[in-house]
Amino acid sequence: MSFSVTEPSARQKLFAGVLVLVYALVTIMPLAWIIATGFKTPSDAIAYPPKVVFEPSLEGYVNLFTTRTRASAETLESLGEPQTWYDSIVRKNDMVIVGPSRYGERFLNSVIIGFGSTFLSVFLGTIAAYAFSRFKVPLKDDLMFFILSTRMMPPIAVAIPIFLMYRELGLNDTHLGMILLYTAVNLSLSVWLLKGFIDEIPVEYEEAALIDGYTRFQAFYKVVLPQAATGIASTAIFCLIFAWNEYAFAVLLTSGTAQTAPPFIPTIIGVGGQDWPAVAAGATLFLVPVMVFTILLRKHLLRGITFGAVRK
Amino acid sequence: MGEVILSNVSKSFGEDVALDRVSMTVPDGAFVVLLGPTGAGKTTTLRVVAGLERPDSGDVQIAGVSVLDRTPAQRNVAMVFQQYSLYPHLTVRQNLEFPLKSPLLRTPKDEIERKVREVAEVLRIDHKLDNRATALSGGEMQRVSIGRALVRNPSIYLMDEPLSSLDAKLRAELRIELKRIQAQSGATLLYVTHDQVEAMTMATHVGVLDQGRLVQFGSPREVYESPVSIYAATRLGQPRINLLPASVFADAPEGARTIGLRPEHIVQGEGEEGSVVRVERLGDQTRLHLDFKQHEIITVTDPHTPLKTGDRVQIRPRNAYYFDAAGARIV
Repeated sequence: MSFSVTEPSARQKLFAGVLVLVYALVTIMPLAWIIATGFKTPSDAIAYPPKVVFEPSLEGYVNLFTTRTRASAETLESLGEPQTWYDSIVRKNDMVIVGPSRYGERFLNSVIIGFGSTFLSVFLGTIAAYAFSRFKVPLKDDLMFFILSTRMMPPIAVAIPIFLMYRELGLNDTHLGMILLYTAVNLSLSVWLLKGFIDEIPVEYEEAALIDGYTRFQAFYKVVLPQAATGIASTAIFCLIFAWNEYAFAVLLTSGTAQTAPPFIPTIIGVGGQDWPAVAAGATLFLVPVMVFTILLRKHLLRGITFGAVRK
Repeated sequence: MGEVILSNVSKSFGEDVALDRVSMTVPDGAFVVLLGPTGAGKTTTLRVVAGLERPDSGDVQIAGVSVLDRTPAQRNVAMVFQQYSLYPHLTVRQNLEFPLKSPLLRTPKDEIERKVREVAEVLRIDHKLDNRATALSGGEMQRVSIGRALVRNPSIYLMDEPLSSLDAKLRAELRIELKRIQAQSGATLLYVTHDQVEAMTMATHVGVLDQGRLVQFGSPREVYESPVSIYAATRLGQPRINLLPASVFADAPEGARTIGLRPEHIVQGEGEEGSVVRVERLGDQTRLHLDFKQHEIITVTDPHTPLKTGDRVQIRPRNAYYFDAAGARIV
C-alpha cells in the first residue's frame, strides 16, 4: 500500500461527499428542529406525525418575552381591539399580557458572565502562558502539570464545596462569583492552549524588538500579541462556549440576580402548559451570540492558517 | 559611537562553553569581522554585546561604560539576525520604521519617511515597501533585515552573516555598499561571516575564534601573513593553505611537525618533482592540483599555463610557515 498523495478518484470523492453530507445532516437536524419549533404554534409543536410544513407563528417568541394571564370573556371585551401585533397573538388564546418575562435579564446575565469570564481567562491565560513559555519559572513542569490536573475531574465534582464556600463568601448568585468560577475552570485550558501557540512564535522576534529599542513588555505587546492572535481567538471561542453553555453550576449557584439563560429556559415550560415553542425560541436566540462571536473571529482563524504556511 | 571593549568574557550554555575568556577591543569606527566555523562563539559574541545574553563572567563596555546591567534598548545597538527575524505581521515599510518609532528614538514622521526611503533605495527594496514581510524571497528578507539596522545610528552595528542568502552579484554590490556606509558614517561594526572574501575586503580588523577562544586579532593582512596557528592560517586564503608533514621538505626548523604552504609560498620550476593531477581554469586564475610525494597540494599558476594532467612540475617552498605538534606557529 502506498501513501503518496494523489488526486482522489471520482468514487472516493463521491464517498467522501456522501459521508460529509450525512454527518452534516445529523448535526444540523436538531438545530433545524429547534429553530423550526420556535416558529410553530404550541399545537403544531406537539402534533403527531410531526409537521414539517406549517404556518409560521411568532407565538413562541411572544410567549418567551412576556408573562400572560388568562382573561375572562368580559375582560377581553372591555379591553377593546388589541393595540399591537403581539397583543393580537396573545388574545387569540384568550390571554392578556401582564408584563415582560425574565428572559431578557437572564440573557444579559449570560452575556456579562460568559464574555466577562472569557476575557479574564484569555487575559490571564496569555500572560501566564507567555511567562511559562519564555522565562525560567521555578518548578515550571510541576506547575504546568498542576494546572492541567485541575481538569482531570469534572468541575461539578467539587460543586458542593464550592457552593458552601460561595455561601460563606457571599458570592452565591452574583455575577462576580460566576465570572470567577468559569474563569477558574477555563484557565487551565487557556494556559495550555496559549502556551502551545506562544511556543511556536520564535524568540528572535522579541529579541529583534528588544534591540530595536523596545522594553520587554512593549515587545510582548507589539510583536508577540499580534502573532498570537490566532491562538487567542481560538482559545476565546473555547472558553466562551464552555461558559455560555454551562448548566450545572448555574442551576446550583444562581437563582435570581445572576441567573444565566441555561437554567432559566427550562423554567419557561411551566408557564401555561407545555410551551415548547417558547422554549425553542429561547434556545434559538441563545445560540446567536456564540455564533456571531465565532463568525467574527473566524476571519482571524483563517488568517492564522495561511500565515503559518508562508512563514516557515 | 564609541569603542566596544570585551574583557575576559566567558559564557556557557550548560556543559557547552560558548565563550572562553574573550578579550577584544573594537575601536571606534572599526569594521571587525569575526571568523570561525559554526560553534566557535561568533554569534554568542554578538549576543553578549547586544545584551541578549549575560556573560557568566567578564565585562562588556561601550564608550567606556560597563553595559552589563543595561537592556539591549539602553545599549543602543543595532543587530542583523542570521534568521532575518522580520516581524511577520508587518509590511516591509513598517519593519523598517519599527526601530525609528521605538520609545528609544521617537523619530519625527518626516525623518522616518526620509530614512526609510533612503535605506530602501540603497538596498534595492523600495519597490517592495508595501509588501508583507512574509511575502518576500530569502534575499529580500535579508535586505530588509539589514535595512532595519541601517535606518538607525547606533553605537555599534552587529551583523550575523548578513549577506549569506544573497546571490553572488548582489552580495558583491552590498559588500561595497556596506563598506561605503561604514567609511562615510564612521560607524562601528562587528560582523560575523563564513565568507573570507567579505573578511578580506571589508574588515579593518579580523578576530579568529576557535571553540570560544579568541586566538588571533589583527588586520586582515596580519592574520593572513602571520597566522599564529594552523587554525588561524586555514581561516583565510583561497585556495586554502596546504598542510603537509614538515619532513616532506628538507631543512625544517627544530620541533616543526607541519609545514603550511600558501600558493605564494610555492615556487614552481625548481626543487623536487610532483605530478599534475588536475588543472582548474577559473578564468582570472588557474589552480593546479599536484600529487607531491603522495600528498595533495593545491596552488595557483599562470592563467595561460600549458600544463595538463600527468605533466611533471618541480616545486620548492619559499618563506613557508612551520607549526609545532600543537599547531602553533614556529617563528
